[in-house]
Amino acid sequence: MKRETPSRILRTLPREKAFYFFTSIGNYTGESASSLKEFMDKINEVDVKSLEFHFYRGDFEKWIAEILEDEGLAEEIKKLHEYGLMGDKLRIQLYTTVSNRYKK
Amino acid sequence: MKFKNNALALDATDLGILEALQEDARQTYTTIGKRLGVAHSTVYDRIKRMERHGIITKYTALIDAEKTGAKNITAIMTVFTNPKESEKVAEKLCEAPQVLEVYTSLSEELLIIAKVVAENQESLHAFIANSVAPLLGVLRIRTSIITKKFKETQFSMVNNPKKLTFIKEKHNKIGENKL
Repeated sequence: MKRETPSRILRTLPREKAFYFFTSIGNYTGESASSLKEFMDKINEVDVKSLEFHFYRGDFEKWIAEILEDEGLAEEIKKLHEYGLMGDKLRIQLYTTVSNRYKK
Repeated sequence: MKFKNNALALDATDLGILEALQEDARQTYTTIGKRLGVAHSTVYDRIKRMERHGIITKYTALIDAEKTGAKNITAIMTVFTNPKESEKVAEKLCEAPQVLEVYTSLSEELLIIAKVVAENQESLHAFIANSVAPLLGVLRIRTSIITKKFKETQFSMVNNPKKLTFIKEKHNKIGENKL
């Protein structure tokens, strides 16, 4: 059972555990996030193609569950797949989901 | 004869031996000697000398990976780096077994170009995301997966630019004579 405590979820991760934003296989944008706060901010900044790429591969929920250890947020992001979101609608929905969790 | 930087000066016989070895490194000293019009002992001495001076670095086998049944993918990865960290990034890439070749290039930005092999697209992506992107000094990465190979050769005495220039000049002279 993983510890889902606020301090653990909000911690800053070392470089090797950060989330690196790609737009396709092997194409790194230069943007990364080392914490939930930074991840939330980057959702608004990165190329939307990068959000689509990672979202449809399930990379976001995987990183959030396995590295940030926030199973609850991972589940919420997983549920978004039902809506088939693309482009800015995906960006807005992702941001809303992550920022709601961050505010809690 | 040796040059200042400890490089060995090669004559026509040495170059001929290198060319012969690159065509087939398993041929005998006698065969090479006959081809060049020198004794097999001369070929032996010259080869040993070039091995000692590190001109001949090793004898190896070229393998057609496709025929071994391996279905790997190859990609050319361009890593844009902070110039201060570039050397370290290149050295780190050299340590990875899936990286076959690493070069640096000076264009508008400092680039590292590397040839990478992976089992499939997913393992290629995992390697780049987990082992390359996190390296200090990496700014961006562009990766192109190779879909078809048209040519691949090693540097040889045959494609040595100096020799190609010589062939071109020779060819031009023949052309001039015809006129």
